[in-house]
Amino acid sequence: MALKQVNAVVVGAGAGGGVVAKELSEAGLSVVLLERGGWATFEQHGHDELISQRITILGNAFGPDDERYRRVVSAGPGKWRVVLPSEGGYNNNAACVGSGTVSYGAMAWRFMEKDFRMRSTYGAVAGSTLEDWPISYSDLEPFYEKAEWEIGVAGDMSTNPFSPPRRKPYPMPPFPLNREGETLQAAAKKLGFHPFPVPMLRNSVPYNGRAACIKCRYCVGFACEVNAKCGTHNTVIPAAIATGNCNVRTHCVAKEVAVDDRGFAKGVSYFDADDREQFQPADLVVVSASATETARLLLNSKSKLFPTGAGNRSDWVGRNLQGHAYAGAWGLFEQETFDDVGAGATIAISDFNHGNPGLAGGAMLANEFIRLPYLFADRRPPGAPSWGKAHKDFQRRFYKRSMSVMGPVQEMPVFDARVEVDPEVKDHWGIPVARISGHRHPHDVEIGRFTSSKAELWLKEAGAIQTWTNVPGLGVSGGQHQAGTCRMGNAPKTSVTNKHGQLHDIPNIFVADGSLHVTNGGFNPALTIMALGYWVGDYIRKNWKGPKSFRS
Amino acid sequence: MAIKYNRRRFVKTVAAGVGSAFLLPTRGADVIVWRFFTNAEARLVDAITEQIIPADQDPGARDAGVINFIDKQLASRLRRHQQVYRVGLAGVEETSRVMFKEDFAALKAEQQVEVLKALESGKAKGETWRKQSSSAFFRLIRDHTMAGFYGGPQHGGNRGYASYKMLGLDYPQIIGQNRYRRK
Ligand SMILES: Cc1cc2nc3c(=O)[nH]c(=O)nc-3n(C[C@H](O)[C@H](O)[C@H](O)COP(=O)(O)OP(=O)(O)OC[C@H]3O[C@@H](n4cnc5c(N)ncnc54)[C@H](O)[C@@H]3O)c2cc1C
Repeated sequence: MALKQVNAVVVGAGAGGGVVAKELSEAGLSVVLLERGGWATFEQHGHDELISQRITILGNAFGPDDERYRRVVSAGPGKWRVVLPSEGGYNNNAACVGSGTVSYGAMAWRFMEKDFRMRSTYGAVAGSTLEDWPISYSDLEPFYEKAEWEIGVAGDMSTNPFSPPRRKPYPMPPFPLNREGETLQAAAKKLGFHPFPVPMLRNSVPYNGRAACIKCRYCVGFACEVNAKCGTHNTVIPAAIATGNCNVRTHCVAKEVAVDDRGFAKGVSYFDADDREQFQPADLVVVSASATETARLLLNSKSKLFPTGAGNRSDWVGRNLQGHAYAGAWGLFEQETFDDVGAGATIAISDFNHGNPGLAGGAMLANEFIRLPYLFADRRPPGAPSWGKAHKDFQRRFYKRSMSVMGPVQEMPVFDARVEVDPEVKDHWGIPVARISGHRHPHDVEIGRFTSSKAELWLKEAGAIQTWTNVPGLGVSGGQHQAGTCRMGNAPKTSVTNKHGQLHDIPNIFVADGSLHVTNGGFNPALTIMALGYWVGDYIRKNWKGPKSFRS
Repeated sequence: MAIKYNRRRFVKTVAAGVGSAFLLPTRGADVIVWRFFTNAEARLVDAITEQIIPADQDPGARDAGVINFIDKQLASRLRRHQQVYRVGLAGVEETSRVMFKEDFAALKAEQQVEVLKALESGKAKGETWRKQSSSAFFRLIRDHTMAGFYGGPQHGGNRGYASYKMLGLDYPQIIGQNRYRRK
């Protein structure tokens, strides 16, 4: 039985998709929001480190599961390896209503003005497709503000001279510094850095009808037990449902966007919770399945006019896969630095995002979230024994006497770092899976060496008795901060969508998630993805003239 | 060597299939049926994991039930590693015999450490390691030992939150009532 035609199908109820679904249903469009996962609850994992979204040795608490999902990753020239979602190479984020925004660390960053103008700021970088965004910071500023107020951010940028301009303050006061934060604040000031509290998508005071954070030790990787963390699952998605116009269908896996012979999308086929194939006809489709899965879905959406996939006429879908090279330093201390006040990351500096001599960018630096015991068992100075009595002695001495300062290095986009569709491997539903290959740009490592040396300096000034740096290598990027695979741009030859997230090739298909990022900023990406959700949603709302909109 | 396995009896799962009866030296009446390991493998894993996290003033892997964690997980979520364990454990015995002419569990502690260091470095002797990397196997069992020691008791290890006690971490963490204080 064919399902009733709706105005819009949104694929993916994560950071971008949740926002778009709310924007469209609020404007009166009938919306179906398809999500492959279910509603997540605290009870599913409790405080279980081994299945937290950060560790996953026994599986991902918030999906996807190891039984039905697969990906293929490059294992050297011409060689491929099948990976499970709980394995590192899978490049997972999450699969549930809210996606990563349920279990994230909730750092709430706006990108800086220069992050939207990387090419103009730094010029061409050999081996990189570094480019300016087709939109500026000021275009996005009102939508950052909307994200901060509707979803909820606690912060204060008054002591950060590098903060981009903002019209309105944050809706909630910042979180106070924990013991690590206090120690690092004093040290930063001595060094002439400009420390400020990390802005958080987490309630510092009761907000939006939900409680304030209780500062537990388990935050990043977990759902919040008092619902104080702000994601799309407890803000915009419930608001979308409340309009009466949004039907959220969970455990529904989109297979392809159907495109008719005239080159317009006519709906989405998907497998429902009982693995039955369904077709949902729609006037327009928004793909918000995250950088890897959005690319996969578009590439799997083959049609007469677009035999290599939707939006892929110039072979740019899936290209420029980026994440963040997380670089930083660890320090060991004589005195206790641990106070069990979560989530843990409280202090940051933005002194090294730009203006670093000889480098095309940089990274924000912040102290790390609380390290749980199993994770900490792998944090050792280079060459230190990882087992035996030495392991125990180290855990006992330093579990409460260590700090880490890390930051997401803004990566140089690489054309051959990409998501394709594997020619053989299929998932549980018979849908060809994503295949990931390529590697980081060598400049990312250079930037990482620089920012990690600043992190080390900071820890030393704070009194560390021993320090070491940690800089990732040239491996495949992506992961929790995956972005860039459906670049927005003005030229159809070198981008996938226009500046409104609308495919150059098929005007009634939009993308609204991290895939749109031209570059990924030296910051965690979620708030920018949410802002883009509002930006794309705003364009659709303003140009919606009924079912025949977006057909030219 | 007296091995203190835990007091509980385990139901033999269909999936494991290879579990076998094991007489507890210290408690003759109890019969433990492992889910995945054979008795001989269990004795070996017990000895390996106890070197990875040895007991001292705080409990080690054995007291925390790490072997129970690994056995349980190999029969469920970590089933995909079964073959690597089966081959790898045979390899550890082989290396142990090449180096010291005895089974691993019968070696002196220092000798056991030497065998494990040989595995870790990837230079362990034995035919087995032509089929499978000794350092990769060591990393795997080391990682599972850490997970069993530091993870939640619901997964079979960290009995009585032994590792949390060692680190001075309260569990459960009840905000406002924490016994842990700054020192
Ligand atoms: C542990 C952790 C910590 C993090 N910490 C931070 C942080 O502190 N700050 C920050 O900014 N970011 C953080 N992130 C990252 C953040 O969550 C992501 O950047 C963000 O969620 C990505 O948004 P998106 O819209 O691109 O994709 P997602 O939010 O991943 O949404 C995609 C959705 O689409 C669904 N989907 C995919 N394919 C299909 C299909 N075929 N059919 C139906 N549904 C489908 C997925 O299940 C998912 O729900 C963290 C993530 C994790 C996991």
